[in-house]
Amino acid sequence: MKDQSTIDNSLSRRRFLKLSGGFTIGITVVGLVPQLTSCTEDGEDTRDLVAKELNAWVNIREDGQITIMSPASEMGQGSRTALPIILAEELDADWSKVQVETSPIDPEIYGSPGFGPNARKIMLNVGSRTVRGYFKSLRQAGAQTRYVLLHSVAKAWEVPIDELSTEPSMVVHEASGRKMPYGDVVAILDIPETISEISEEQMKKPEDFRLIWNESIGRVDVVEKSNGSAQFSMDIQVPDMVYGVIERGKVHGASPSLRNEAAMRAEDGLIDLVALDYGIGVVANSLEKALKLKEQLDIDWNTNVTAAKHSSQEALDSYATLTQHDETRELRSLGNVRQAMARAAKTYTADYKNDYVYHAQMEPLNAIAAVSEDQTSAEIWAGTQGPGFVAGAVADALGIEPEKVKFNLCFLGGGFGRRSMHDYIIEAALLSKAVKKPVKMIWTREDDLRYGMYRPMSFQRMQAGTDADGNIIAFSHSITGDGSNLLASGTANEFYDIPNQEVELNIVKNGIRLKHWRSVGHGPNKFAIEGFIDQIAADQGQDPLEVRRKLMANHPKALRTLEKAAEMANWGSPLAEGRARGIAFGERSGALCTGIAEISVNKDTGKIKVHHFWSAVDGGIMVQPDNAKAQMEGGILMGMSSVLSEQLTIESGEVRQSNFHDYNLLRMADIPETLEIALLPSDEAPQGMGEASTPIVAGAIANAFLALTGKALTHLPFTPERVKAVLDA
Amino acid sequence: MPVFSLKVNSSTREVNVDSGTSLLWVLREHLGLTGTKYSCGVGQCGSCTIHVEGSPMRACTLAVETVAKGQKITTIEGLSEKGDHPVQKAWAAHQVPQCGYCQSGQIMQAAALLEKNPKPGREEILQYMNGNLCRCGTYMRIYKAIESASKEL
Ligand code: FES
Ligand code: FES
Repeated sequence: MKDQSTIDNSLSRRRFLKLSGGFTIGITVVGLVPQLTSCTEDGEDTRDLVAKELNAWVNIREDGQITIMSPASEMGQGSRTALPIILAEELDADWSKVQVETSPIDPEIYGSPGFGPNARKIMLNVGSRTVRGYFKSLRQAGAQTRYVLLHSVAKAWEVPIDELSTEPSMVVHEASGRKMPYGDVVAILDIPETISEISEEQMKKPEDFRLIWNESIGRVDVVEKSNGSAQFSMDIQVPDMVYGVIERGKVHGASPSLRNEAAMRAEDGLIDLVALDYGIGVVANSLEKALKLKEQLDIDWNTNVTAAKHSSQEALDSYATLTQHDETRELRSLGNVRQAMARAAKTYTADYKNDYVYHAQMEPLNAIAAVSEDQTSAEIWAGTQGPGFVAGAVADALGIEPEKVKFNLCFLGGGFGRRSMHDYIIEAALLSKAVKKPVKMIWTREDDLRYGMYRPMSFQRMQAGTDADGNIIAFSHSITGDGSNLLASGTANEFYDIPNQEVELNIVKNGIRLKHWRSVGHGPNKFAIEGFIDQIAADQGQDPLEVRRKLMANHPKALRTLEKAAEMANWGSPLAEGRARGIAFGERSGALCTGIAEISVNKDTGKIKVHHFWSAVDGGIMVQPDNAKAQMEGGILMGMSSVLSEQLTIESGEVRQSNFHDYNLLRMADIPETLEIALLPSDEAPQGMGEASTPIVAGAIANAFLALTGKALTHLPFTPERVKAVLDA
Repeated sequence: MPVFSLKVNSSTREVNVDSGTSLLWVLREHLGLTGTKYSCGVGQCGSCTIHVEGSPMRACTLAVETVAKGQKITTIEGLSEKGDHPVQKAWAAHQVPQCGYCQSGQIMQAAALLEKNPKPGREEILQYMNGNLCRCGTYMRIYKAIESASKEL
């Protein structure tokens, strides 16, 4: 009886708000069955109530506990902390009372509006867009929620609303000295019919931020990631679960026919074999069994596919002289490069190349799918960068309605661009459909590497002309490779005032699976641009810092990062014998970044050692400055890894590397002695921080090498063998 | 299938698996101790690092029968009761994890190092940790966290 009355009582006070920004804020009371904490109208059935309650961005309880939904995939970039901080800041919440929950997958409510003015809201975490995409709308949601609290207290105390202010989780009436904790407001909640948008002027000024730009606020996921309890999809276990693995071709796109099906089917522990266009799935009652059976498959591969003709090193060598391309696109044209070249005092040409690199996220791809026995619904567990697209993709693959797909977003053991494709989730669904049981489908590291989707290799011909004073007056950048727009980013040089510029992209199809890789085209392109500028500067006898100062003279924000990095590195001060510094600049996802590397090289082995790295970045407001630094550090180390050692090669369509013994990632022994990051102060909207630092690494190291040896490194990665060959040439 | 008896995190657990099954699959899929991670399966990444009789080992390279003779196996779940091992505390203080996937292995390796030598020098830390990959690039913080945990010991 008592329980019942509690529920009735609360239902009469249940509140559900639709705000102008499309946000919904449930303000509920404590002690209720969770399913009944909030809803819209009387008379809705419980199912709806559950859904509606989960649709809230923020939930305040009578005991002061505040729950904020985080709509983003957490792959290490820290959005699970940063997004709630944005809302909590405007709400003026006491951060110690905030708890973060993963939002339901509902793009209409939780989608990011940050994909362009006319784009529909989507749940996709790519291109370092998460914080900058949600920044405005989450501030608005926080501000509107705070307004509801103020409005309620103003009514209860019969004071004008503008006499009220807030302290963390507390409404304050200074004139009378009265205070009311947010939790207490729940009992007197009075929700206005409509709440207009809170204007920028009414929101907190950056100098009043308590949570944003606060170095001492840590990530919410550190504890669970230090005691083994964080749940990646790899860790999920569901009742009756069986295990699936897939044998895919050594050549991308090859199709299988199984030679020993009867023998395979006779194997103990096998549940089913599932034929896919590009592989054979093995489902077994244990993971060890599935893996063992996978090795026993005898498959005849039809390799009559484009990729089979592809050998990466030969192809890359051929690009320099290739005249026929599948397609040529003009990416940029400014002024008249041809005329400027013709009148230039001196002209330059240099070629740059880069090999394929692999994502190597530490958690190999995997997903769990439980397709219902009647095959009309499914539940999925996975880590993905695109949670908003899973239901649709799975529904398509299974031929069911998207509403019938329940998706559970797990932590991602790394994304880096690989997990915005849903191939692995669909595979799990297809295997589950075949066996009518929940299936945990795992890619082995070898599968993940060999059937990966790589950052494309490319060839870049750089040409430039200088005037009599050595200023660059013409700059031409021609890129050749497969991967379309994957090759295009980072070529615009918006911060270098060169009057005549052109960028062209020549596309050659190789049939290899390609994908965005942290900072996409910026890695190879900034390498070529920054390296070429230093080659020209060296020939002109100019200092690389001075050259960039001139080029950026009209771009104070970019220049600021240059000056700061130079100051941090003490640019120009004498160095120990055998050391040199190199500098590079890049912009990525709105963040501007300069990096300086100090290196030495072992002349016998060709091994480059990075001793110090300094970087200054302007990324606007830093929602979580310590994490922003961590992203910068991680981006630089991942950059070093790709620049110094990562190399994926393909011969006749077959990837030559298979695991971490021959695909070499940066290891601890090779980290710099110091890695310093400066976040430049800013009041402007946040920019993307996850990829800002990766593109500058190649240029900084190559330019340090040029300063040290007078020789240019023009082919990524700078493996010891390659470096040695350059030194000995 | 044989039954193996394993001493894991101070309890004794029985599993029914083929001999030759890797300890990693036993821990993760049969015993539900999923803090220990699979990443390479061939001893190259350190994500699956556990302690056997106090020494760091790669669970993916150990066949279950080799650790079923009463050896004491410790996984990240058993490193400390409340997640408050000095290394874990230092990990929080330095905000080490990003995606977090490699971190159980990193922590187990670091804890073993400090057990062996509470005051390791720079080179020793770098070399001891060299088998543990972190793709997110948290190495700078791992290094600092180990240094500061060492000061606490
Ligand atoms: S999974 Fe065991 S070392 Fe990589
Ligand atoms: S934290 Fe992501 S791999 Fe180390």
